[in-house]
Amino acid sequence: MHLIVCLKPVPKPGTVRVDPKTHTLKRDSAQLILNPPDLYALEMAVELKETYGGKVTALMMGPPNAAELLREAYALGADEMVLLSDRAFAGSDTLATSYVLSRGIKRLEPYDLVLMGKASIDGETAQVGPETAAWLGLPSVIQVKKIQREGDHGWVVVRVREGYEEELFLSGPAVVTVEPGINDPRPPSLKRLLAVRELAPRLFSAQDLECEPEKLGLSGSPTQVLDVFAPSYQREQILLTGEPEEVAQELVSHLRTRGLI
Amino acid sequence: MNDKPRVWVFVEQEEGQAHLVSWELLGKAGELARDLEGVLEAVVLGHGVEEVAREAIAYGAERVYLIDDPVLAYYRNQPYAHGVVQLCRKYRPEILLLGATTLGRDLAGSIATSLETGLTADVTGLEIDPESKNLIMTRPAFGGNIMASILCPDHRPQMSTVRPRTFPLPPRDPSRQGEIVREELGLSEDEVRVKRVDFIPKDRTVNLEYAEVIVSGGRGLGGPEGFDLLRELARLLGGEVGASRAVVDAGWISYEHQVGQTGKTVRPKVYLACGISGAIQHRVGMQNSDVIIAINTDPEAPIFRIADLGIVGDLYQVIPALIEAVKREKGHE
Repeated sequence: MHLIVCLKPVPKPGTVRVDPKTHTLKRDSAQLILNPPDLYALEMAVELKETYGGKVTALMMGPPNAAELLREAYALGADEMVLLSDRAFAGSDTLATSYVLSRGIKRLEPYDLVLMGKASIDGETAQVGPETAAWLGLPSVIQVKKIQREGDHGWVVVRVREGYEEELFLSGPAVVTVEPGINDPRPPSLKRLLAVRELAPRLFSAQDLECEPEKLGLSGSPTQVLDVFAPSYQREQILLTGEPEEVAQELVSHLRTRGLI
Repeated sequence: MNDKPRVWVFVEQEEGQAHLVSWELLGKAGELARDLEGVLEAVVLGHGVEEVAREAIAYGAERVYLIDDPVLAYYRNQPYAHGVVQLCRKYRPEILLLGATTLGRDLAGSIATSLETGLTADVTGLEIDPESKNLIMTRPAFGGNIMASILCPDHRPQMSTVRPRTFPLPPRDPSRQGEIVREELGLSEDEVRVKRVDFIPKDRTVNLEYAEVIVSGGRGLGGPEGFDLLRELARLLGGEVGASRAVVDAGWISYEHQVGQTGKTVRPKVYLACGISGAIQHRVGMQNSDVIIAINTDPEAPIFRIADLGIVGDLYQVIPALIEAVKREKGHE
């Protein structure tokens, strides 16, 4: 069984800077970490491998220095590491990103399932899973909390919806995103940490992946950031002062005046 | 058919019950259609859902494209995406809006890739640029530290997902007239690679999004036991308990209570923020509340800048006093 987990390098919170010209994220200055929600997808894949056998490939699009994060994924249980890296990928929105990931996944055929985190902590769009699935012509199932093999090629997954859950049967490979918090990602194994020092991820460029150049980077990104700004709000900003009892009474009369009590 | 630009809303329904976010989107999309001198249209997919199409007209759609097919009896990504993509290719809408629900997020991504167009998630503001007539989509960016306005100038449709409660519910007028255009799905059950095996209802869930009163707690509570006080006040006011990301991350309360960019977007009549400093991450999830009340010991806390009523003080003194005052008030009724 071949499981592919897509991982995103994200800036460590607090180290983010915005390029004042292009309004895109300046990733060079930021310290990169594995996107925390992706760790649940990786753990899920490693558990599936432990149950059913096979291998887990950790796949990442990112700058060359993201290779270190793939080694971390190896220490967490991934068997193979693949880095998709090319200057042409810079400035990608979710459509261009999912295109590159889909090219990388195609390159790793055959596979049984593609897993991703629910969303990244920087972009927070939760779009890349379904967008990648569509490039590959595969079903997309987001917010999955349980995965089991069914028959030779199929899967039964539990999807979390608003107010209920549903069990779905998938007849073959699909792209699923994993609900955060559904398992306990294991700590890195010391043995694997030592072993991975001798290893390097396989590296694929745009050319290796036979990408269509116009689908990459800024030219492959239909969305453009026009502007970034601090939000403004207009509120009454009445300050209530005095002893707690007085303040509470005043608050209640405000609420009553507005018909809220 | 006319050549006016079409503004589309995908109407999410489940077993014939439309999600309110669809009507909220019709309200906003109506404004966009007006600014574009275009036409407001809805897209309804499902089985036995003509009533939903009529409801869309009552909420402002001038025309509804309806695909009614047994394959669409419950949501699956592949047949739903197939249906909407087909309609988009045929009618070429300028704008397509979907709810940022589990279903909407899943579906929107597939449609955007198939049409090779841009998609912007969790949009908090939508307007038409008066000159270019492009859609300006505003959303929190970079972890919710700043807002970004985003364009999709060269690809159509311009697509966004919008969370429930971001825009107000428009008035419903059942006497409104509109056209229902029936279309074929053109996909058989054998071609669908996903089947639903089971349906598992959950126990009581927190209905934050549609709560009228929310009493929310942050790090200023000092610990998880602080929520007991907030629960008591919320119960008294007939509301729900919310929380900031910091305290959910700290494990003081479960994720379903989280308000903000990584949690729920809410629009209650009263939002009471207790010991919440008010990072943008949090503010974008509750800024549309009718009345915002903030209690914080730090007079410089950003939450006060967006509060209608602010109290600089210790919530452990103010909340018990408030509980007593509300009890007295209710006793008078």
